[in-house]
Amino acid sequence: MTTPSTATVRTGIRPISVGRRVKDRVVQVLICLAFVLALIPLASVLWMVVKNGMQRFDLEFLTHSMRNIGARDVGGGAYHAIIGTLQQVLLASLIAVPIGLLTAIYLVEYGNGGRLARTIGFFVDVMTGVPSVVSGLFVLAFWILVLGMPFSGFAGALALSILMMPVVVRSAEEMLRLVPRELREASYALGVPKWRTVVKVVLPTAFTGIATGVMLAVARVAGETAPLLLTVFFTDSINNDPFNGPQMGLPLYVFDQAGRPTDAAIDRAWSGALTLILIVMLLNLVARLIGWWRSPARKGS
Amino acid sequence: MTGAESTPEVEPLQYGSAGAPESGSALREPPGELDRGETGGPAMRRAARRRAVGIGGARGDGPFRFAATAAGAVLLAIMAAIGAFLVVKAVPALRANTTNFLTELTWQPNATEPVFGIGALAFGTVLSSFLALVIATPVAVGVALFISHYAPRRLASALGYVVDLLAAVPSVVYGLWGIAFLVPFMLEPSRFLNRYLGWIPLFGGDQVVGRSMLTAALVLAIMILPIIAAISREVFLQVPKAQEEAALALGATRWEMIRMSVLPFGRPGVISAAMLGLGRAMGETIAVALIFPATFTVTFQVLGPNGNSIAANIANGFGEATETGRGALIASGLVLFLITLLVNMGARLVIARRKEYARAAA
Repeated sequence: MTTPSTATVRTGIRPISVGRRVKDRVVQVLICLAFVLALIPLASVLWMVVKNGMQRFDLEFLTHSMRNIGARDVGGGAYHAIIGTLQQVLLASLIAVPIGLLTAIYLVEYGNGGRLARTIGFFVDVMTGVPSVVSGLFVLAFWILVLGMPFSGFAGALALSILMMPVVVRSAEEMLRLVPRELREASYALGVPKWRTVVKVVLPTAFTGIATGVMLAVARVAGETAPLLLTVFFTDSINNDPFNGPQMGLPLYVFDQAGRPTDAAIDRAWSGALTLILIVMLLNLVARLIGWWRSPARKGS
Repeated sequence: MTGAESTPEVEPLQYGSAGAPESGSALREPPGELDRGETGGPAMRRAARRRAVGIGGARGDGPFRFAATAAGAVLLAIMAAIGAFLVVKAVPALRANTTNFLTELTWQPNATEPVFGIGALAFGTVLSSFLALVIATPVAVGVALFISHYAPRRLASALGYVVDLLAAVPSVVYGLWGIAFLVPFMLEPSRFLNRYLGWIPLFGGDQVVGRSMLTAALVLAIMILPIIAAISREVFLQVPKAQEEAALALGATRWEMIRMSVLPFGRPGVISAAMLGLGRAMGETIAVALIFPATFTVTFQVLGPNGNSIAANIANGFGEATETGRGALIASGLVLFLITLLVNMGARLVIARRKEYARAAA
């Protein structure tokens, strides 16, 4: 780029001054530093969770509940919390995925950018910002205090589904928009009505992308604690019925154990955190694998 | 496939104004669509035409369209219901309150004479979130620039995924990490700040502890960094290539190119990303509930043993709350909901106004 200072030919191109070059270097170093700085907490968190979590991460931990475990006892496990988390997240998905998917279909196929579609689109965006604790408070006020239902896993699932819906809508909408218009037109040209086109042509084409989005949404809500605290409450026993009585959830378990003063409880909290991170990372991985396996996004854009 | 290549030349079939669904921007308004109402849309007319020609099977279209519209309406209804039910359950507690809810600092709603106010909690929420924002934004912009303009192309998306992993760690794990690692770790740097920068009111005070406002703000900063970085990255990637190349062709260094073409273009996007991060920091509950010492004082000395937030107070106070206590917590949640709603709507309006950011909404 720069001409050497000994050049005899006058090209009119002057070398970049030292000051500018130094500034460029300094900024480059700063930006790389910012990236490294962002990775430090991630590495630290993962390392501590794995190191401390391995101490109690055994078969007893995965297959026992906290029933009859005294305040100072060692032992006990998170079986009841794992069961609770799986049931709550499954129920939340059963509520959030159909509503989210249908909303995305409305926005892409039927909305036509009308006033209602724009309003819904805007509020879906705003809804992604609803604090998790507020969704918990809403279910508490509506489901438990006004309707008089008991604390239960289902109430927790309701709160989680509110957090899940906007994520599902956004990712599904993006995937549906990537389906080539020619596919729809070919279907219309064959005389297939619109709804069958959506169900038989558009959705299968976008399926992998939508599945990825759903898995990411599940991973997001699986780690939420605050809404569970207000709707599922605590229990130390196994409760297999998500519709009746307090349940436990893994995040809640970690929060509960972390607040107890003994070392055994702190160890259990770390093992719970390790289990939780494993579940969340596994869901993330599955999501990425589905996306990588056959992604319309990759071909579409 | 020769068919696929020849399709762009074929004129799309036109049924009046009823083309196939637009695959482009949702912001576009088809002419005359707005005032026709929702029922007699193009799909219905097309279905009617088909039936007249004798091709059946369109019967399901009405119900399907209705179900899709209803699902969208349910989302709107939920947003409205959140506000409505929080108000319904907050009002009795606010009636029972013996002081002004907005200015009172203490929080004793479980007493026989309930005294509670949002003052100290709202202050703590705003202060900790702003501190987190001040810490996170420069780093996040640096990360976004690194991924969009500095990292090797091949690695860029993988590195972006690694940063996104920060967001995948559950907040309760950050809380656990905070009390086990960050609180003891922050003691020395805090003492250092207090000794040498104590003349700044923010770092002043006589007492320096690990469980401080600053530590909580740091955890919040880590948690909001990925969202700010992700949106900024998307915005930076959408800078017109021609502008960047023009700057480089005029002899600009990489940093000068970024300063002249990337940053001006991305500024509104970065601002709204920061606002989304702010909203998230305000609503963050469990991590800060574990770290905050849960006091009810209003002070700017971020190194001292003070700090609380609306969300943390809800998590800590819910267990032993009486009926009025629950109402009071719901009232504080309503305030939190309204604050985050305003912040988020502001941020979304900035993003939505610019078409080129359409894909950046995370």
